[in-house]
Amino acid sequence: MKLEINNLVCGYGREPVVKDLSLSLDSGEIVCLLGPNGVGKTTLFKAILGLLPRTSGSITLDGRDIRHFKEQRLAREIAYVPQAHTPPFPFSVMDVVLLGRTAHLGPFASPSPLDYALAEEALSSLHIFFLKDRIYTEISGGERQMVLVARALAQQSRILVLDEPTSHLDFGNQVRVLQQINRLVKKGLSVIMTTHFPNHAFLCATQVVLMQHHNRFQSGTPNKIITEANLLSAYGVEVKIVDTKTHEGDIIKSCVPLIAHSNVEAP
Amino acid sequence: MKQLLPAHRLTLLLMAAGALLIGLFSLSLGRYPIPLKELFVILGHKLTLLPNIAPVQAEIVLFQVRFPRIAAALLIGGALSLAGTTYQGLFKNPMISPDILGAAAGAGFGAALAILFSWNMAGIQVSAFTFGLLAVMITYFISAAINKGTHTILILVLTGVLVSTLFTSLISIIKFTADPFNKLPAITFWLMGGLANISMHDLRLLSIPLILGAVPLLLLRWKLNVLCFGEEEARALGLNVKRIRPLIILCATLLTAASVAVSGMIGFVGLVIPHMARLLIGPNHRTLLPASFFLGGAFLVIVDDAARCIFPVEIPLGILTSLVGAPFFLFLLMKGRKSWL
Repeated sequence: MKLEINNLVCGYGREPVVKDLSLSLDSGEIVCLLGPNGVGKTTLFKAILGLLPRTSGSITLDGRDIRHFKEQRLAREIAYVPQAHTPPFPFSVMDVVLLGRTAHLGPFASPSPLDYALAEEALSSLHIFFLKDRIYTEISGGERQMVLVARALAQQSRILVLDEPTSHLDFGNQVRVLQQINRLVKKGLSVIMTTHFPNHAFLCATQVVLMQHHNRFQSGTPNKIITEANLLSAYGVEVKIVDTKTHEGDIIKSCVPLIAHSNVEAP
Repeated sequence: MKQLLPAHRLTLLLMAAGALLIGLFSLSLGRYPIPLKELFVILGHKLTLLPNIAPVQAEIVLFQVRFPRIAAALLIGGALSLAGTTYQGLFKNPMISPDILGAAAGAGFGAALAILFSWNMAGIQVSAFTFGLLAVMITYFISAAINKGTHTILILVLTGVLVSTLFTSLISIIKFTADPFNKLPAITFWLMGGLANISMHDLRLLSIPLILGAVPLLLLRWKLNVLCFGEEEARALGLNVKRIRPLIILCATLLTAASVAVSGMIGFVGLVIPHMARLLIGPNHRTLLPASFFLGGAFLVIVDDAARCIFPVEIPLGILTSLVGAPFFLFLLMKGRKSWL
């Protein structure tokens, strides 16, 4: 499954929010979208999910324009994982995961035993089967995020679109969600995700798209795109990219903001 | 139904049986008491041609007066709470009821207009439905036009309150212009809500829009779960929101308007009963929708029994539902789960 975006222009009024953006995603790839607030990451997502009509350009799946896909057909190809939210009613976790089966059900159908089995499988594969009968509105934010990922897995789409999957999560849960994403991609899924943390792109992305104001886009490998100069230009903060060696001897890059800090001890 | 928890299936079954039993028992209550034994004799006579040993008056009271009334209470209570549950799910807000979005006030205006022009029952129904739908549409589109992305529900409810007020004052204008010797009392008593004059003919007329409204809702009930998560998420999950949502609004409004056309303004059933049902069986619309139908039906039959039995003069039903409903709802709010709000 190959998703290709060519010279996409889209937005809400006459002024386009996203202009001339191109991107291609193959199975087993993770694209991280980085960029300051209000730069059009959500708008791009909405276009990919078919929720927003585009002004020009194309979005294709294996060569076919998604404009010709009905909601249900598109949902079988692309699953959306929103930020962990609170619905107005205390649904059970199982109820929420079952919603992922909507794309596979007829207009008047309710989930069948097969759908229940697939939902349970999705929960098990993320090691959160124990949450099955809990109330979705009463579990923690990190657990809710994982339940939404499980819902997307139950949807059986090959492309996952994740909107800031690590926001609102504590440090441990952030890392656990990233690990799960890496595991899913090893199984052949493709992922597009937004994040506010360049470090997360270093930890999982195969490709980074850095979106900056005035419709400037750069894309490439994390090492090529996440540079001190680029982050200064995109976010207006000075950073230093450093290497850390893992116990196995692998190198993980990370960026450290250089800020004046009164508690920094003199060497 | 295989995947429903056995407990849920049992609860639903008990609710259905309870509603039917309450209806059956209510047949023996009233100004002309029909003891249960006599009731079963008459029913047995009707169903199996057993000899009828009960007085003829009892049979007439039972089939001409009491049965249509109790059946109508069961259906209207069910329909109003079905509509309420649907609106609450669709607009993602547990505080919404058919009255709040203006459907009831709009339908009330339509029916008052029809009474003013001396239309027949079918005319009242059509007029009530048209204006009920119109009111909900006005609420829906105005709030969509105002909406700037935040406070969606607040704007929707506020618009609904304003549209309701608008139609309520239109009702007042009709009352003001109505002939004070025959039309005005008719409109006033009808607005207070009641099931006193329901005939078999009215019951048949009522059942058509109720079936038309309830069947699609019951078929689509699982999809309401998807809509509870908002339009964009529902579309991303593969739901054709643009087609399903108007259909659901149409059905819920049809239920509300048909009920209002027959029984006048019966408040609170559409707000309180969905909460009770959710408390008993959970928020999954697959079981919640049938549960709220049975619960609403049983509730209205009981309140109607009280309306016609407690005092020598019948109390308007709408007054009684609010009198019972408001304190009960406050009690639920105080005891209830936080996650409701």
